[in-house]
Amino acid sequence: MNGVFRLTFRYLAYNRLKTVTLILCVSLALLLPVLLQFGVSQFEQDLLSRARSTPLIAGAKGSRFDLALQSMYFNQADRESTNMLEVEAIEETGYALPIPLVLRFTAQGAPVVGTTLDYFEFRKLVMAKGSNLKRLGDCVIGANLAENLQLSPGDQLMSDPLNVFDLSGTYPLKMRVVGVLEKSGSADDDAVFVDVHTEWIISGIGHGHQKINAATNKDLVLKQEGSTTIANAAVPQFNEVTEENITSFHFHGDTETFPVSSIIVIPFDKKSEVLLLGMYDSDTSVLQLIRPIEIVNELMEMVFRVKQLFDMNTFLVSVSVGLLLCLVFLLSLRLRKRERQTMFQLGCSRSTIWKLQLTEILFIVLASLIIVLVLTLVCRIYAYQIIKFLFI
Amino acid sequence: MIQIQQLQFSYPKSQFRLHIPDLKISESEKLAVIGPSGCGKTTLLNLISSILIPDQGTLISCGINLKTLDDSQRRAYRISKIGFVFQEFELIDYLNVRENIMLPYYINGTLQLDKAVDERTRELTKSMQIDQYLNSRIDQISQGERQRVAICRALLPQPQILLADEPTGNLDPVNKQLIRDLLIEHATQTKATLIMVTHDDSLLDQFERTIDIACFHEVVETA
Repeated sequence: MNGVFRLTFRYLAYNRLKTVTLILCVSLALLLPVLLQFGVSQFEQDLLSRARSTPLIAGAKGSRFDLALQSMYFNQADRESTNMLEVEAIEETGYALPIPLVLRFTAQGAPVVGTTLDYFEFRKLVMAKGSNLKRLGDCVIGANLAENLQLSPGDQLMSDPLNVFDLSGTYPLKMRVVGVLEKSGSADDDAVFVDVHTEWIISGIGHGHQKINAATNKDLVLKQEGSTTIANAAVPQFNEVTEENITSFHFHGDTETFPVSSIIVIPFDKKSEVLLLGMYDSDTSVLQLIRPIEIVNELMEMVFRVKQLFDMNTFLVSVSVGLLLCLVFLLSLRLRKRERQTMFQLGCSRSTIWKLQLTEILFIVLASLIIVLVLTLVCRIYAYQIIKFLFI
Repeated sequence: MIQIQQLQFSYPKSQFRLHIPDLKISESEKLAVIGPSGCGKTTLLNLISSILIPDQGTLISCGINLKTLDDSQRRAYRISKIGFVFQEFELIDYLNVRENIMLPYYINGTLQLDKAVDERTRELTKSMQIDQYLNSRIDQISQGERQRVAICRALLPQPQILLADEPTGNLDPVNKQLIRDLLIEHATQTKATLIMVTHDDSLLDQFERTIDIACFHEVVETA
């Protein structure tokens, strides 16, 4: 080993606490701006690509940001819902294809997205294993979810109850996993997709139960009005849709009134898009129609404004860390004055003595850079999860 | 070996001045340098080792006029001809005994670190009875052993001149004698010139000559 490197490593190893502290200090000072820059650009990239692929979103009036983020990332925002009547109204204009999204429930913490088969075509989602939704109670899951929960077609997935202490609340539904989607690097990888009707069954609008006969199940029947039988809550409901009980599942009320969280609107052409935007741009309209890309741009403007503050903060932190490091090195130089003098007396050139000091600094900076690089790579790999965890 | 004529040296902004009219130190001579503190004993060693340059006069060592050398030549002279032993040992605490002894080879590219050096290190440490500590840290050995490590470091490059600046100053009487004897013994074996600065009169009996540096010391009166 080269003498200078040997002495450097021996010194750094002997003063390992100081070395580790210095490496961590430099790493943190470097990591802060790198991660911030990387995080913001990833966040922007992720949001923009999802927004660009979503032409329009319709939903009940309220926060535009919530509407856009909920429809693109399926997060559980506390928003007013619209209904199927509005979906049909958009369809009837002949300007666009509406894709309803019903987002109220979760399964094992993952969002359950009630939608139609059009969604898979629109997002160009490809089935990696199994098949698409066939009947009530079926679900298709994203690649990450399948990996995390170790699920594959043929397995079952239970929806989460909204409130475990609400005995009169909706019962969880045991869903049949029929397909696993290929990884798309988007929010679709972590979602459970079901038909809108299945979502309505989970929410209690539709249900299936044993046939009740007023003559034989007197204790269960409250009222018999012609062919309509009104039963009490003691009637056991099915928590799973099977081939045997599927015919017993039914919905109460008019489908048009059933809730829809938001609607992805895919205009057939530019003119249709403009006409649709004009139609819903009025105070009397119960819906708002938004361009996600505009919302994301607005959001990014805010993020960049906040980032400027962070940049200033990071700059000041970096300067103070830099000054502290200078102080540490200067103190170290002073403490090691005799060591340098001895080396000089033993014939060491002044340039070699400085080379020794600089190699130590270089090693600390290099080790810090490696740490920053590794952490940045880790962040790059788990960027989507980190961004989702922190921001969405 | 060393020839000094009309040598004058003073530190900048200092009243101290060293003036040596004539001093000859022959090859393999064992010389003790005595004198009160601040009279110029260490300065003389630094002049002989070419760390300091005389203001006036001639200083010829090993046939080289030190005043004519540039920085790199002085360094080369120091590496090839001089061995240094210090009062405070000046060992590097983050290196083990072996690495401390081999330090001149790590910091000087001109010295070749090979198997022969490794062998010589083992022989030297054995003769100094510190071979069992080769892989020990400096803080794990006694003061006397530390000074023996410092002597090994000075002797390893086989210098022609061994300069010892109060090497026994921090040692107990037994170790003082031992270190002096070791220095004289190894200098004799290697035919090196030994110049040892000391305050201790009891150590002088084994030296061939003793010079009192106070004779050459002047205090210049300044306005």
